[in-house]
Amino acid sequence: MSATVKTLVNQPYKYGFVTDIEADTIPRGLNEDVIRLISAKKNEPEFMLEFRLRAYRQWLKMTEPTWPSVKYPAIDYQNISYYSAPKQNKQKLNSLEEVDPTLLETFEKLGIPLTEQKRLANVAVDAIFDSVSVATTFKEKLAKDGVIFCSISEALQEYPELVKKYLGSVVPIADNFFAALNSAVFSDGSFVYIPKGVKSPMELSTYFRINSGDTGQFERTLIVAEEGSYVSYLEGCTAPMYDNNQLHAAVVELVALDNAEIKYSTVQNWYAGDVNGKGGIYNFVTKRGLCQGVNAKISWTQVETGSAITWKYPSCVLVGDNSVGEFYSVALTNNMQQADTGTKMIHIGENTRSTIISKGISAGKSSNSYRGLVKINPTAQGARNYSQCDSMLIGDNAQANTFPYIQVQNNTGKVEHEASTSKIGEDQLFFFAQRGISSEDAISMMISGFCKDVFNQLPMEFAVEADKLLSLKLEGSVG
Amino acid sequence: MILENSQVILSVRDLTAEINGNPILQGVNLEVRLGEIHAIMGPNGSGKSTFSKVLAGHPAYTVTGGEVIFQGQNLLEIAAEERARAGIFLAFQYPLEIPGVSNLDFLRVAYNSRRQAQGLPELDAFDFDDLIEEKLDVVKMNPAFLSRSLNEGFSGGEKKRNEILQMALLEPKLAILDETDSGLDIDALRIIANGVNQLTNSENATIMITHYQRLLNYIVPDFVHVMSQGRIVTSSGKELALELEARGYDWLVEDAAVGVGV
Repeated sequence: MSATVKTLVNQPYKYGFVTDIEADTIPRGLNEDVIRLISAKKNEPEFMLEFRLRAYRQWLKMTEPTWPSVKYPAIDYQNISYYSAPKQNKQKLNSLEEVDPTLLETFEKLGIPLTEQKRLANVAVDAIFDSVSVATTFKEKLAKDGVIFCSISEALQEYPELVKKYLGSVVPIADNFFAALNSAVFSDGSFVYIPKGVKSPMELSTYFRINSGDTGQFERTLIVAEEGSYVSYLEGCTAPMYDNNQLHAAVVELVALDNAEIKYSTVQNWYAGDVNGKGGIYNFVTKRGLCQGVNAKISWTQVETGSAITWKYPSCVLVGDNSVGEFYSVALTNNMQQADTGTKMIHIGENTRSTIISKGISAGKSSNSYRGLVKINPTAQGARNYSQCDSMLIGDNAQANTFPYIQVQNNTGKVEHEASTSKIGEDQLFFFAQRGISSEDAISMMISGFCKDVFNQLPMEFAVEADKLLSLKLEGSVG
Repeated sequence: MILENSQVILSVRDLTAEINGNPILQGVNLEVRLGEIHAIMGPNGSGKSTFSKVLAGHPAYTVTGGEVIFQGQNLLEIAAEERARAGIFLAFQYPLEIPGVSNLDFLRVAYNSRRQAQGLPELDAFDFDDLIEEKLDVVKMNPAFLSRSLNEGFSGGEKKRNEILQMALLEPKLAILDETDSGLDIDALRIIANGVNQLTNSENATIMITHYQRLLNYIVPDFVHVMSQGRIVTSSGKELALELEARGYDWLVEDAAVGVGV
């Protein structure tokens, strides 16, 4: 890689600051007492503690998956603190005015203003700091339409029946090693409930911030869309720069009933570690949506730019007849980052359809793998899938892999798969330069073009953000 | 055309350059004046394409000696994009395919970066559409090519036409055409040559790099140079091209080898 390319890709991470705030952090280590303590701190109903303990006992019997194309030293699960919350004067806050100003400032610095005067006009935000939700905006306005948008801790207090009904219904507690761990120790996350026939009047969004250095973050998100409802939800994430690695193991469950639609977008920008691969977040996440009803639709859009390691496969289980699953992904890796990401589309109902558009960009010495499964079950008469997996290599030292798995058990199924590999190297940049176009502009044009099909799926204000984020991440990487 | 008292726009003196430690250019000398068309011919591996890339500032080549003065400016001191903005244009032998970037966007950004360098305001999308419409005519290109990705899925001839379209748009002071005739059928060659002829005038100059005399029937050079082993060994008028066509390069190359010995 020439010097120009290098300076272009290697922009400093601008969210790497640490907020100095007094926190209530429990000692490191994990056992049943720790789980009881977490549950007690959150004053949870009995069923929740049982759920956690069952998950923990399952987890003890499980082993970490070794099949992903990622390498990292063994994680010592006893050397992590499983709960950290900024100290608040009051147990329950009645309004945003009572939130510690330091926290509000932190989110403002991250570009997520929460206060009444400054907050985003048409986006409701749930802000999560380490293990707890600090604020949710526009709650009352949403409540007028019957939309519930709050932290999952609050939902457990206010709507325990709803949580009990759906929690673990899409991702069972023993689904995989990290999902079991999350089910045992999750601390907070967002809960969304859209009642029958309601179209959410605004975008809902959760912003995750890891602050503490040795705490794992385990959030849990649950979104339920009743018959004929619609919601668009977006999550964003950042973390400070630490030399050690931090574990982030989240679970997201989506349930769409008859004719309901959930659009779930992610812009993931966790700290990725330094150029030598020191530090950064281990992002081991289970995301799955269940199209339970007929004509239901779940659409995942993700822009993955951060984390030292990404292990994540947002999936759709298409049970309802004519239901639709979509996955649009841009995964960018640079320096020593490793990503093994993709999707699973499980066709069960008749005439179910799925689309997969995956764009992997690898720069530096990073490794970027797409791993996806398309499964057409015997019952899925007339099911269709279209997959497109494109890789772009920047410089000469990066790696891109594609692992598509296709299982068809019904001979009326139709599955298409397309793949391509392209490159941004010296010759491409010289071509642009020879026409008077700078390397920065050239890279940004090529990357925008490459990612266009995915960015078009993002809510507009975030599409612009994502475009900028990618250019920034790649600044200095080609030359 | 050879003009009396015409200004020298490019002056190359004892230029040497290497790639990965292998010397390719071993002392090139060349002077180009406004209004002139120069043809550089020579066998494979003689350094013709390298010469064009070194003039345009390709980062893979290292200049080890000599100088290049372009319109009074030391060209070797500035980066490739600045050379382009100063008026140097290279029509590539193998134009790259760039998926996802529309031809029209590429042309507009390139054109505006040139305008910016000249201290002119950028052209907006509407004015640019009118301008490009005019330029398409130079190479008889179908407007449908504008909305496609840059060179993606273009035939060899379409790619070369697209290069000349860029030349028509950017109106360079010095155009270097690197084997623009290679891979073209006779009709495409005629269209492209016709396009280039419309663009040459007393205010610019052209260097054509080619293996064959064929192109020179359509774009008539004022000078023909023969390159061998990284230097220009013979220069003459257009009649040299015909002689090369009849006799091949060997007689000149042998002379050059003797010359090196001296």
